[in-house]
Amino acid sequence: MSVSIENLSVAYRSRHGDVTAVDSVSFTLADGEIMGLAGESGSGKSTLGNALIYLDQRMKQTGGKVRVDGKELPIADTKAMRPLRMTEVSLVPQYAMSALTPTRKIERLTSDLLKSHGIRNRDEVFAEMKRRIALIGLKEDVLSKYSFELSGGMRQRVTIILSTLLNPSLLIADEVTSALDVSTQRAVGEMLLEFRDREFIKSAITITHDLSILAQIADSIAIMYAGRLAEKASTDTIVNEPLHPYTQALIASLPEVGVRHDQTTLRGIPGRPPSLVNPPAGCRFRDRCPFAFAKCTETPPFEEVKPGHHVACWKVSQEVGKQ
Amino acid sequence: MSTLKVDQVSKLFRATSRAGGFTPALRKVSFELKPGEVISLIGESGSGKTTIGKVVLRLVQPTSGTVTFDGKDIAKYSQHGLRDYYRHVQGVFQDPFSSYNPIYRADRVFQLVREVYFRGVSDKDWSHKIDEALDAVALNPGDVLGKYPHQLSGGQQQRLLIARALLLDVKVLVADEIISMLDASTRVDVLNLLVKLKRSGLAILFVTHDLSLGNYVSDRTIILRHGAIAEMGATAKVFGNPQHDYTRMLLSAVPELHKKWQHTALGPVAVGSDGSAVATDIIESAPNGHVAPALAHASLLDEQAHAEHVVKRDFRARFGGSKAASTGKSAVAVALEPPPLNEFEPDHWVAEPE
Repeated sequence: MSVSIENLSVAYRSRHGDVTAVDSVSFTLADGEIMGLAGESGSGKSTLGNALIYLDQRMKQTGGKVRVDGKELPIADTKAMRPLRMTEVSLVPQYAMSALTPTRKIERLTSDLLKSHGIRNRDEVFAEMKRRIALIGLKEDVLSKYSFELSGGMRQRVTIILSTLLNPSLLIADEVTSALDVSTQRAVGEMLLEFRDREFIKSAITITHDLSILAQIADSIAIMYAGRLAEKASTDTIVNEPLHPYTQALIASLPEVGVRHDQTTLRGIPGRPPSLVNPPAGCRFRDRCPFAFAKCTETPPFEEVKPGHHVACWKVSQEVGKQ
Repeated sequence: MSTLKVDQVSKLFRATSRAGGFTPALRKVSFELKPGEVISLIGESGSGKTTIGKVVLRLVQPTSGTVTFDGKDIAKYSQHGLRDYYRHVQGVFQDPFSSYNPIYRADRVFQLVREVYFRGVSDKDWSHKIDEALDAVALNPGDVLGKYPHQLSGGQQQRLLIARALLLDVKVLVADEIISMLDASTRVDVLNLLVKLKRSGLAILFVTHDLSLGNYVSDRTIILRHGAIAEMGATAKVFGNPQHDYTRMLLSAVPELHKKWQHTALGPVAVGSDGSAVATDIIESAPNGHVAPALAHASLLDEQAHAEHVVKRDFRARFGGSKAASTGKSAVAVALEPPPLNEFEPDHWVAEPE
């Protein structure tokens, strides 16, 4: 197992006390696995991703362990994390389009980045960077440009090259395709696959609200709802045989090419997720769930109902138990 | 019949750089929007789709061409006439979070409409009218009235803005990427709302970059590329039997749940004697000369963006200054000349390749 996360909880400090945005989340990632993490805004998916890289002043770890390649990742200790960033874990931030400083050319920016991470053999790294730039079809002269001279898709791809330059074990890609046109989206998605196949990255967590992108690039998908994991399984299983009512509703609400309003009427999910300040006890999807029953006032465990298929839902646990 | 007619509309934006130059954002775009019809305008960034919406809302003045509503040229409206025009034509935009002033309650958007259009209406009639509008967008008045914007979800905010448009006698709604910032679970509700409004006779110009959403709601589709129409026609025909290479490329790149992209692994990078990468054409360096079409397309887009910077956005380099010289037309006229549209089958127009 290249990455294992056990009962990780992350809270934001606030005037009303701690707000737990990530609540006892556990999952593992195999070598070479790209896991998609999907959920609505406010579900805690970006918080989870950011926590694995940098806990800022507002955040704190309230429990749990993260292990990467068998070693514990000291996510609560910002100083100890410093040498591990970029080499062990790396992030492609949300809004990566604006992640590149406008005052430095890409080459200078890269060199500053490498220096600050104490990398000695910078010439070798640069040679490798040029190879990767050529691989994905960019011209080498992007290095001598300012970020604003590049198109959005180019900037996104340069940011991914930078984040993966030191071959991190785990790459966290936060909404890398959301702001792009369909054709560029596909190019960026395929680039992630290619980088995984070439072992530039060992495993990746792709955070997005767009399930159809994940269906293209992810090996497994985890669905997050109001700070907790609802379901995790292989991409095929999530897309074709989802068990959690939330996942089912989410999949059913997606329009596909070829579906027209006069043939099929798609359905949204009524209601909205509960506030994470004093969340209700029990299953958090209860209020919007068509199958909710008395047992749902207790918190459902996130358990493995079939090999490799984890679900947190009483209804599913009961049905599987009966079989 | 309140038909909105866009006729040969072009828009040139002047570049702000010192070197000057122009960007042709729209090139002689023509179409008609009939009552009860949804047209989706689909295109990538820079294709001019938002500019069309703005021209229709009279937020941008076209360089040439006219927009007529009910047979009247909208450019000729003066203040009073314009007020009447906005009574019938309204817009809702992408980001609901920045459409509201966070200091005021969200329902102030209704109050502003009342101050301009419904001064004589009594409080009782007004609240009745609001209830009706909220009912049409499936919002519960108790859930949204008197709340601040941050207390509402994105879907509620967006529906509130549509309700605001419905207070007026709205005939045409310009919906510019109105659901791209919403969560998947609430997106469909807004889409279904548009379908419902369309059935009651509202004409909708649905601007989007998402092909599956466009396909779901629209009757007719316009695919825009570099400000000109690439393909236009009944949605079933454009999506079912795409004729333009660009439309096909877009469709092949749409991520679908049940169909995987064909990912072709990239070939080895050519390495020179000093160990550094040798720049090659991506098309040539790929195994058996075949690359993923999306990657190839993306790099073409990059080349174009790059070329634009090199010539400081001088449109002449992009659109052939030599052609201008040989035909005796001005460079601007050549730059604004769209590729000719041919009728492929009834209600299905395809542009010639550029």
